[in-house]
Amino acid sequence: MSLLLPLSVLALLLAGGAVPAVAARLGRSAAAWCASGALALAALLLVPLAPRALAGDVAVFRLAWLPEWGLDLAFRMDGLGLLFAILILGIGQLVILYGAYYMPQQDGLGRLFGTLLAFAGAMLGVVLSENLLLMVVFWEITSITSFLLIAYKHDSVEARIAARMALAVTGGGGLALLAGVLLLGHMVGSFELSAVLAAGEAIQQHPLYSLTLVLVLLGAFTKSAQFPFHFWLPNAMAAPTPVSAYLHSATMVKAGVFLLLRLYPALSGTEQWFLLVTLTGAVTLAYGAYVALLKHDLKGLLAYSTVSHLGLITFLIGMESPLSTVAAVFHVINHAIFKASLFMAAGIIDHECGTRDMRRINGLFRVMPRTAVLGMVAAGAMAGVPLLNGFLSKEMFFTEAVEAGALGGYAYVLPVFATFAGILSVAYSIRFVHDVFFNGEPVDLPRVPQEPPGWISLPAGILAALCLVVGLVPQFAVGAILWTASAAALGAEPPAYKLVIWHGFNLPLVLSMAATAGGIVWYLFRGVLFELHDRYAPNVAGPAAFERVFNGAVVAARAALGVADPRSLRRYTLYLLGGAGALGLAGFLGAGPARLDGGLPPTPADPAAHGALLALVFGAVGCAVLHRNRLVAVAFLSVVGLIVALTFIRFSAPDLALTQLSVEVVTIVLLLLSLRFVPGEAPAEAPCRRRLFDGIVAGGAGLGVGMLAYAMMTRPFETISGWFTANAVDGGGGTNVVNVILVDFRSFDTLGEVTVLAVAALGAHALLDGLRLRPHALSAESEADRHPIMLAMLMRPLLPLALAFAFYILLRGHNLPGGGFIAGLITGVALILQYLAVGIEPTSARLRVDHLRLFAAGLGLAVVTGLASMPLGLPFLTSWHGYVPIPLVGKTHLASAMLFDVGVYLTVVATVLLILSEIGKLSTRERAAAPPPRANPASAMPEEVRA
Amino acid sequence: MELVMATGIGALVAAGVWLLLRERTFPVVLGLALLSYAANLFIFAGGRLSATSPPLVLGEVAAGATPADPLPQALVLTAIVISFGTTAYLVALSLRLVGESGTDEVDDRGDQA
Repeated sequence: MSLLLPLSVLALLLAGGAVPAVAARLGRSAAAWCASGALALAALLLVPLAPRALAGDVAVFRLAWLPEWGLDLAFRMDGLGLLFAILILGIGQLVILYGAYYMPQQDGLGRLFGTLLAFAGAMLGVVLSENLLLMVVFWEITSITSFLLIAYKHDSVEARIAARMALAVTGGGGLALLAGVLLLGHMVGSFELSAVLAAGEAIQQHPLYSLTLVLVLLGAFTKSAQFPFHFWLPNAMAAPTPVSAYLHSATMVKAGVFLLLRLYPALSGTEQWFLLVTLTGAVTLAYGAYVALLKHDLKGLLAYSTVSHLGLITFLIGMESPLSTVAAVFHVINHAIFKASLFMAAGIIDHECGTRDMRRINGLFRVMPRTAVLGMVAAGAMAGVPLLNGFLSKEMFFTEAVEAGALGGYAYVLPVFATFAGILSVAYSIRFVHDVFFNGEPVDLPRVPQEPPGWISLPAGILAALCLVVGLVPQFAVGAILWTASAAALGAEPPAYKLVIWHGFNLPLVLSMAATAGGIVWYLFRGVLFELHDRYAPNVAGPAAFERVFNGAVVAARAALGVADPRSLRRYTLYLLGGAGALGLAGFLGAGPARLDGGLPPTPADPAAHGALLALVFGAVGCAVLHRNRLVAVAFLSVVGLIVALTFIRFSAPDLALTQLSVEVVTIVLLLLSLRFVPGEAPAEAPCRRRLFDGIVAGGAGLGVGMLAYAMMTRPFETISGWFTANAVDGGGGTNVVNVILVDFRSFDTLGEVTVLAVAALGAHALLDGLRLRPHALSAESEADRHPIMLAMLMRPLLPLALAFAFYILLRGHNLPGGGFIAGLITGVALILQYLAVGIEPTSARLRVDHLRLFAAGLGLAVVTGLASMPLGLPFLTSWHGYVPIPLVGKTHLASAMLFDVGVYLTVVATVLLILSEIGKLSTRERAAAPPPRANPASAMPEEVRA
Repeated sequence: MELVMATGIGALVAAGVWLLLRERTFPVVLGLALLSYAANLFIFAGGRLSATSPPLVLGEVAAGATPADPLPQALVLTAIVISFGTTAYLVALSLRLVGESGTDEVDDRGDQA
C-alpha cells in the first residue's frame, strides 16, 4: 500500500508534463480540468494511507536507487507529511480553480498549470520523503519550478530579476541544506529519516553538530524567507497572483518551516538551536510586521505579513517547550488558510481596479461587498480577532510567551515582545481592511471596479469559511490532524492541550486585547510613521544589495572562467604541464634525501649508442626549430622514428621495431598528404619573450622526464612477467611471449585497444567525409608526374610480394616476431603504395572492399573468437590450442588466439586504409568536382556540411 | 647506456613540449608525435636495458643471455599503433578546422575579446 506514495508524487509530475499538451490541443478549460483532476488523483491515492497516519503509524516505501550513495527512492507517510500533503493538494485545488478564472483569456494556462503541478509534485515529494537525499532532490525541484513560476511573465524585466533572486537565494540555501544532510548522513551512517530522527542524541554530541545545524538552518531560513534572506519573497510578488497565493502563502515558503519541524527531534533541544531559531524568528516576526504596514502595495503588504508570520512560526519552533511546537504546527495550518484567501482577494481587487496601490484604492465595500466580506474575514484571522482561526494560534503564542522560563529574570521580555508583534500585525491588518474597503472614495483608478462573477470568489470564500470553522469548532475541524502532526514533529506524544475558544480571563487574553487596542492606535498614527520612515530609514533595500552582489559575482565568475577556461590550447597545455611538474617536484622533494642514481650497475654505452643519441637529438631539435618549414620538419620527424625503431632492435624488441618501422611509414605518408591542405603561408614567429618562456617550460619538462627516466632505469625492479614467460608455450600455445600476451593472456585489453583504434579511425572518417578543401597548386612538373611511372611499374610485382609477406608475418606471429598488428600495418603500407602508384579511384575500384565493413569484420571476428569459449562454460576470450591434422600440410599446431589475431589484423588494415584514403581523396579533383553519392548511412551526417 | 637513454627521452620531451606550445595545428601534431615516442621509450625502458635476447621461448636460453621483459613490449606495441590512430585523428581534426574556419590557428583568439 505504501507504493501509493511515489505514485501520488509521480501522478503530479507526469500530469505537469501533460497539461501543456492538453492546453494546446483542447483549450484552457480542459487544461484546468486536467490539472484539477491530477491533484484529485494524487489526493485519492493518499487517502488509503491517511487513517494509519492519523493513528500515529508511519508507512514507508523503499526502492533502491543508488544504494552505494545511500540514495533510495524512499517515501514515508506520517502525521506531519499528511498535514502538509493536505495543504499542498487542497489549496492547490483551490488555486487551480481561482487561476482558471483569474488569468486573462488569451493565456492558454498550459504553461502555468503544468509548472504549478510540477511544483506541487516536488513539494509533495519534499514532505513525503523518507530518504533525506531524495528530499533534497525534491527541494531543489521546488526551487527550480518556483523560479519558472515567478518568471511566468517573462517579458517583464522585474519578473526575471525577481525569479533569479528567488532562485539564487533558495537554490543557494538548497546547497547548504545538501551539505548539512550529507553531514547528517555521515554522523548517523544513514540518510533514512527514521534512523536520523532516532539518533538525535548522537547527532547533538557530535563535534560537527554546530556546523550541520547552521547548514540545515540556512536551507530552511532561505526557503522560509527569514531575515536576512527575506528579501526575495516580496520581490517574488512579480508572479501572477494565483502563484503567489499558492507558493508564498501555503507551500513553498512553508517548506523551510516543514524542514525545521521534520528534523526537530534530531536537531532541537540545544542552546544553539534555541538561540539561532528563536532569534531569527523573532527578528523576522518584528521586521516583517513593521515593514508590512509601510507598504502601499497591496501584495507587498501581504508579502511582508507572510514574512512576519513565517518568523512567528520559526520563533515558536525555536522555543523549547513542546507546546510551542504544537502552536507552530497550528499556525502553519491557519496561516496557509487565511493568507491564501487574502492573496486571492488581493488578486481580485487588483484585477478590478487595475492597480494595487492602497493610496488609490478606497471605499470598495460599496461596489464589491462580497469580496470585501471575504477579505475582512481573512484579515480578521490574520489580526487574531476572536472566533477566527488566527485568534487561536495567536493565543497559544501569547501563552507560550508568558510561560516560557528560558530567560530567567528577564521573563517580562517575551510577553512584551509578543504584544509588540501583535500590535504591529493588528495594525497592518486594519490597514488592509480600512484602507481598501472604506476610507473615502477611490482615487483615480484605471478601471471602474465592480463585483466579479461568482466563480472567482469561490476559492477565497471556501478558505474564509474555513477560517470561521476552525475558529469556532477547532477541535472538530483540525483536532485530529493537529495532534498527529505535532506528535510526528515532536517525535513523541504532545502534552495535553485544549483547543477551545474560551480559556477564561487570563494574562494571554489581556495581552491579546492590549495588542488589538495598540494596533488600532498604531494604525491611527500611521501618517506620522510614514513620514518618520521616509525621512530616517536608510535605504538599504535588500534587492539592490542583492543585485550588487549578484552582478559582482557574475563579473568574478567571468574572470575566474577566463583564467580556468581561457579557450586556449596553449594555456590548457601549460596548466597540465605545470600540474604534472608540481606533482613530480613534490614527489621528488618529498622523498627526502633520495639519490637520483638508484644503484643498479649501469650497462656500458657503446659508440653506436652515442651516435644514435646524436641523431635522435638532431632529429628532435631539428623538428622543433624548423617546424615552420613543414616538409623539412616531417623529414626530421622520420629521423627520430627510425632511431626509435633502431633502439627497439638494440634492446631486444624485434616486435616493437617492426611495428615502429611500419607505423613510421604510415605516419609520414599521412603527414605528407595533409601538408597539401594546411595553409601555406609561414606563420609569424611568436614574440621573443614568449619563445623564451616556452623554451624554459619545454626544457624543464625534458629535464624532469629525463631525470625520472634515469632514476627509474637505475633502480632494481621485480618484473611480473615471469609467469607470462613460463606459461606462454603451455598455456598460450606460442613461443613469442609478447604476441601471446597480446592475443591470449591480455586479449581483453587488446580487444579494447583495437576498438579504440577503430573509434579513432571512424572519428577521422566522420571529420573528413564530405569535407572540401582547396589543395595547394602543384607545380606543372609534379602535375605531370602525378603517378610516377617507375613506382607504378615497381608496384606490380611488389604488391603481391608485400601481401604474401604480410600473410607470413601474420601466421608466424604467435611464435616469432610478427602478428596481427605488424601484418596489418605492412598490408596497409603495401596498399597505400598502390594508391600512390596508380591513384585512389582505380585502386578502390579493384579492391572492392568497403573499409567500414572491414572494421565490422575485424572487430566481429575478434569478439566471436572470444565468445566461442562461452558455450563451453568458459569465460569470455578463453583460448584453445592444440595439434590439428591439415591435409597436405600435416599435423599443425594451431591456437584459437590466432583467429583473434586475424581480427586484429583486419581492424588495423581497415584503420590505415580508411584514414589515408580519406585524406587522399580530399585531393582528387574528380571528387571535388562532383562528390559521388554514397548510400552509406555513416556518411549521412556530414552531408549537410557539403551542402 | 641508461644516461644515453634518459638524455634521448628528455630531448624528445623537450622538443615535443616546445612544439605543443606553438600556435598552429601542424607543429602541435608533430609535438604529440614526438611526445608519444618519448612515452613509448619510457615505458619500454621500464623493462630495463640489460636484456640481451628477445622475449622468445625457443628451447634453452643461451648461456649468459638475459631475455627481455615481454610485458613492457606488449604495452608499447599497442601504444605505437594507437598513437598512429590518435595522430591521424588529430590531423583529420586540423583539416576539418581548415575547412570550417579557413585557418590553422590553434587558439580561438577572435572570440576572446
